[in-house]
Amino acid sequence: MIRGRHEFLYFAGRNRKLVAGLAVVVGFLVVAAVGPALTDYGPNDYVGPASQPPSTAFWFGTTTFGQDVFAQFTHGLRSTFLVGVLGGGLAGLIGMLIGFTAGYRGGVVDEVLNMVTNVVLVIPTLAVLLIVAAYLRVRGVIPEAIFIGLTSWPWVARAVRAQTFSLRSRDFVDLARLSGAGGRAIIVREVAPNMSSYLLMTGILLFGGAVLLAATLDFIGLGPTSGMSLGLMMNNAVLWSALQLGMWWWFVPPGLGITAIVGSLYIMNVGLDEVFNPKLRKL
Amino acid sequence: MRRYFGRKLGIYVLTFFVAVTVDWMIPRFMPGDPVQTMLSRASLRPEAAQSMEAYLNNVFGLDVPLWRQYLSFWGGLVRGDLGVSVWLFPQPVTGVILRAVPYTLALLVPAILLSWWAGNKFGALAARRTWLDNTVLPVGYVLTATPYMWLAILLAWLLGSEAGWFPLSGGYSFSLAPSWSAEFLASLAWHWFLPFLSLFLVAFGGWAIGMRNMVIYELEADYVHYLESLGASRRLVRRYAFRNALLPQLTGLALALGVLVAGALVTEIVFSYPGLGYLVLQAVNNQDFFLLQGVFLFIVLGVLVANFLIDIAYVVIDPRTRTGMRGEGA
Amino acid sequence: MTLKVDNLQVWYRTMRGDVQALDGVSFSVGDGELVGLAGESGCGKSTLGKSLVRLDGRMRHVGGTVELDGKELPIGDSERMHGFRFKEVSIIPQYAMSAMNPTRRIGRMVAELLESRGVRFDGIRDELLRRLELVGLDPEVLDRYPIELSGGMKQRMVMVISTLLNPSLLVADEVTSALDVSNQKAVAEALVDFRDRDYVKSTILITHDLSLAYQVADSIIVMYAGKLAEKAPTDSLVTAPRHPYTRMLIGALPEVGVRYDTRRLTGIPGSPPSLLDPPTGCRFRDRCPLAFDKCVEQPPFLEVAPDHAVACWKAS
Repeated sequence: MIRGRHEFLYFAGRNRKLVAGLAVVVGFLVVAAVGPALTDYGPNDYVGPASQPPSTAFWFGTTTFGQDVFAQFTHGLRSTFLVGVLGGGLAGLIGMLIGFTAGYRGGVVDEVLNMVTNVVLVIPTLAVLLIVAAYLRVRGVIPEAIFIGLTSWPWVARAVRAQTFSLRSRDFVDLARLSGAGGRAIIVREVAPNMSSYLLMTGILLFGGAVLLAATLDFIGLGPTSGMSLGLMMNNAVLWSALQLGMWWWFVPPGLGITAIVGSLYIMNVGLDEVFNPKLRKL
Repeated sequence: MRRYFGRKLGIYVLTFFVAVTVDWMIPRFMPGDPVQTMLSRASLRPEAAQSMEAYLNNVFGLDVPLWRQYLSFWGGLVRGDLGVSVWLFPQPVTGVILRAVPYTLALLVPAILLSWWAGNKFGALAARRTWLDNTVLPVGYVLTATPYMWLAILLAWLLGSEAGWFPLSGGYSFSLAPSWSAEFLASLAWHWFLPFLSLFLVAFGGWAIGMRNMVIYELEADYVHYLESLGASRRLVRRYAFRNALLPQLTGLALALGVLVAGALVTEIVFSYPGLGYLVLQAVNNQDFFLLQGVFLFIVLGVLVANFLIDIAYVVIDPRTRTGMRGEGA
Repeated sequence: MTLKVDNLQVWYRTMRGDVQALDGVSFSVGDGELVGLAGESGCGKSTLGKSLVRLDGRMRHVGGTVELDGKELPIGDSERMHGFRFKEVSIIPQYAMSAMNPTRRIGRMVAELLESRGVRFDGIRDELLRRLELVGLDPEVLDRYPIELSGGMKQRMVMVISTLLNPSLLVADEVTSALDVSNQKAVAEALVDFRDRDYVKSTILITHDLSLAYQVADSIIVMYAGKLAEKAPTDSLVTAPRHPYTRMLIGALPEVGVRYDTRRLTGIPGSPPSLLDPPTGCRFRDRCPLAFDKCVEQPPFLEVAPDHAVACWKAS
């Protein structure tokens, strides 16, 4: 357990993986925040000559319809981050809620929640999202994030439950119980802080997973019906023969963006693991 | 052991029930009249629309109580009747899907098995050779962070379109008719290679990293220290550590099945490879909900079977489960 | 066999500097001797025991030598130590409860271990079974997985394994700490028995339980803060300890029959110094009731009576 904020920040600042990963993610975040404002037209507007490679006018070139790929990229980044945070966050909340409850209460509650977790765990996520999304006529980013959140939580619940099990028999929890604290208060004040490092790393993984899942959904064509996303860009690129026409500027940036963001998140996680676990720190 | 398998089978049966129920429920809980919604969104020729309407009314049997509809849905399922495809009207969905399944399996099964095996071997190797570790790790992280469709796109573009070494679409050359001839088989393999490679690489990255971490973790275990204190050979220690590190990797494989299937679907879409993924795309574009539902059920079934196979493999690798004790993840 | 340790220094490298866990330790162990190595947690006894067999990840051999039967024991060189491990020096580790591969049947693990050391299992199986019987283990335990054994059974199993090749020196690290009293007795008696039957020549019994050492050891070494405090034959040490620390340790032992309201248990106030930056001079200085000005100088570990050595200015 980290003794205080200062020790954490000290080691965190010195960990190259954490710093580098964070820098990349923040960099993309800045692009997502600021980028759309750099162009005064929308991602789907026809603003230039068709199928142009990158130039000073259009940094990422244009699509077969003359849309600005850079504008699409920056708008797409936005929805990517949005879905990642919302979807990952929702999955984390549900997973923690179920995990803490199952781990703390035990008994019948645990059995039931375990069964629910196992069922949702085994069902392949994309398959479910396929039929759910297909039936909705109009789809938005928020519903997509909600679906992702509702299906991605089982592994979190399992892990949180296991940790809660081991923590709840520790002395400080008994003390809290003796002092009259209720279950929820104990979880929030005693159990969760001891898992804070683990929860943070879980959150990062959830964010990355949500981004990948959303991109996959968008690529199949079941993403938000309006707006732009990185997965949709790749969908369009493939649909309009960008591969055969060699229009790499259309499909390389979105995929590269996702890879860079998710990869940096993973690297951040490795760094965080080193910061939290003294045994892993290099001397 | 009987309890172990019994429990697992129970979960799978329950899951299948839940999946089928969800599948049945969704169209009925969407706003509006499901029959009209489906008809209006599918662009059908008038004659097709008419027979479709008749069929849909039959399936949804809106004058029949809900539980009857549910039961008849199960009835159809048991008979193998998944409805009629809108996109390929009037072909039954089951037939369409069964023609596509072999292609998807041909991609998935080798990709899963090979990537798991090779990834674990590489990861274990990287855990004890620093020079390998320094290359495997970053490459592994990049690979596992790559969305499946993007690697597929890259490979299709670089090796297919630009270099021209491999075809970009189809399961086999369009000029050939299916037969057992060497030419046809070669064409099959040639078209199969890029999608397979794409799936393999992304999955490989994940397993390599996971195994590397697990082996490092195992090498810190007490039994390893004890063996080393007694001068056991490095080979023996590594063998034990490797075997024990495989267990969580196997559990991880079961957890990753959903992602792997999703990866196969999008890879097929990129390569227009005639498997389930291709069906999904066509179903989405043509508003063919029966096809989508059929694919969904097939995928669920496939994943459940795969889970069960992995459970069997787990018992083989972790001898403790055979004697009725809980190993990790049991 | 004889073991001669001369000014052994083994430190732990950590982020904040070197922990001088073993700081200049010298003693010898004679043939057939069962030496008890006692002291508080963190005094270095485990480090001493472990360093004679295998240096852990962070341990560094900083100085000093170890001689086994007149030949150098190259504890700093793991490759060269390979030949000695299991056959000449062996250890029953502190973590004996988890020392066996959880996914291998015990018998199979032992067989594979022996094969990897060039010993044919068939040749030694009978001996193994005999020893199992000696410690009270059923031979069918070889067909079991470690998880099926109780703590005491696992401890005894590890004991049998570690001594199977009749090492000259056995290091028994806290072999009774995790056991209930009846198991403790069984294990302690087994240790003596092994020595008596010549399975093991000499044993170093590491323990924080002085009373256990008193029961089975021929002589006792008391360590404090990385250095030796006292070494003496058991009876002398217990009846006439010379080092103030030893005296207070023995004084802190509860006595059977004495009740709390008659006489309170006394501990030794204070705590051992940090070994990251140990104080100069005698390390017990701050807690010692007999400390005086000479104590700022580290007292040498000198013999004050036959076989009885003490590191204290007041004792010599």
